[in-house]
Amino acid sequence: MSGYLAGLLAVLAINIIVAYSVFVPAAAGLLNLGAAGFVLVGAYGAGAMTTLFGVPLWLALVLGSFLAGTVAFLISFPILRTRGIYMVLATFAFAEVVAGVLLNIPALGGAAGLSVMAYAGLPLVVPVALCVIGFVAWLMSTRFGLSVRAIHDDENVAHLFGVNLRSTQVAAMTIGGAIGGIGGALLVHQFNFIDVQSTGVLFSIYVLLYVLMGGTQTVWGPLFGAVFFTLAPEGLRKLSELDPALKFLESSRYMTFGIAVVLLMMWRPQGVITRTMIERLAGSRKPVAADAGSAA
Amino acid sequence: MQLLQQIINGLMLGGILAFVAVAFTLTIGMLNFLNFTIPALFMIAGMATWALSSGGSHMFAWGWHWAWAACAGITLAVLASLLIERFTYRYMKARFGDATEHALPLVSSLGFLIVFEHLAMSLWGADPQRFELPFKDTNLRIGGLIFGIPHLTSLFLAVALVALLHWLLTRTRIGRSLRAIAENPDAATLMGVEVQRIVPVVFVIAGSLSGLAGILYAASYGTVTPFMGDAIATDAIAAMVLGGLGNIWGAIAGGLLVGLVKVLAISTFGAEIEKIPVWGLLLVILILRPSGLFGHTRIGKGKF
Repeated sequence: MSGYLAGLLAVLAINIIVAYSVFVPAAAGLLNLGAAGFVLVGAYGAGAMTTLFGVPLWLALVLGSFLAGTVAFLISFPILRTRGIYMVLATFAFAEVVAGVLLNIPALGGAAGLSVMAYAGLPLVVPVALCVIGFVAWLMSTRFGLSVRAIHDDENVAHLFGVNLRSTQVAAMTIGGAIGGIGGALLVHQFNFIDVQSTGVLFSIYVLLYVLMGGTQTVWGPLFGAVFFTLAPEGLRKLSELDPALKFLESSRYMTFGIAVVLLMMWRPQGVITRTMIERLAGSRKPVAADAGSAA
Repeated sequence: MQLLQQIINGLMLGGILAFVAVAFTLTIGMLNFLNFTIPALFMIAGMATWALSSGGSHMFAWGWHWAWAACAGITLAVLASLLIERFTYRYMKARFGDATEHALPLVSSLGFLIVFEHLAMSLWGADPQRFELPFKDTNLRIGGLIFGIPHLTSLFLAVALVALLHWLLTRTRIGRSLRAIAENPDAATLMGVEVQRIVPVVFVIAGSLSGLAGILYAASYGTVTPFMGDAIATDAIAAMVLGGLGNIWGAIAGGLLVGLVKVLAISTFGAEIEKIPVWGLLLVILILRPSGLFGHTRIGKGKF
């Protein structure tokens, strides 16, 4: 496998993991515009462990994820006091505070970023990504997943039916944070470097876009979003190398992405992958009359 | 003296933040829409003014008089804002009723942000460009204190425009329709407000405010880049929340406060601390007093 392909695959795997970290809270109706916050906590946590304390990589991954999960758990109580757009802003502010704090810890490199020696190659990154997908898919099939889905569709009705909103949402935030931590830990060890600038507001925005464009109704939405929007720009770049006439594709790939976002939100605001679509594909969709009410 | 100068610097930065914060707070207050394209409108006006007014080899280097270039910049920002209205706000009506749908216009506006910023980048490159002012000395010195004239202009303009906006919202027919839409779009429609006609007004105001702010910012700090709006907009969002969503006077106060906190923190603790005071304060306020520091608004709570 060429270096280019290996690098692309690693980025793809990490993007998928981070997308799932945003998906779990989003599936419970909580928009997290602060993915970078949890990723940074995991990345700097795990990076510090391997670099400063000589902890083996696998343990650093677990601890980094645990650390990010703990932070997510603690921050979710105050953040969940806020609602709607205030919550989006609170997660955004949280990520900025994390970045601000990390910038001021000289032991972690400050503004210059943190360089680590340990390397997480494809044999580690890809299986972890597969495990994350598997875990989230399993999670969404449990009773917890049902509660999450109920809250996503209608908070008040879910509450009436006895779903404990607070604990379900805290759990969703915590699990999301922990997954983000894994993503961060892999990110820092894949590139042997992390800094606050490159994992900032834009990073959070892109990850949230992957998830919302893929769709938050099913587990497959974020997978589609992350895969498509990681590979499509690369595809455009490859195309532009074929012929000088296609050169514009290379420079306009971000614009294409932006336009795709706008158009998708107009035509398919619930995301590309919906529950109805999965049911239809799986052939398990009941006759229309039976569930006309739940159709998206 | 040093401290006094820092306070002045903070307030002057705050003047520009206030401008952008008013644009944010107006769209969120009237339409419940966190308009993430405001940094792009800010940038479009700033960069277009630079491109049109300066000579050189870049695109659209037409060497216009700065005043015409500034008018063109603001017009472009307003047109872009109307384009955004057409493609985001019109589609924000609830259609499938789940918890993430209030994110729809926010997501499309992020899409527009990416489009505009990369459009500017492909036209003029990513490097910062020098924004030349027609005046030699842009500083006013009073008793050893330095005031930037563009900063002062923006502060006074911000206050004047907000006063005008306040008048518009409270005294005119359009203002009354807007407040009706802010309260309940459906009820407003039933009461005979032509929502589809009135809503673009908000976008025109937001576009011209952010465009003006972009030009004043470029004049104050002397550089423009395709991403010049990002940092300002995040601070302006902080200012908006401090002032209370939808509260235009609050946005001015919040802007000044954020500018002050930022400059004082940097001058006391160094540049790397800058994120902590502003965003820490914001996080605490969001959690303890979600309606902002000034007054009560019930905007943005719960589902949209």
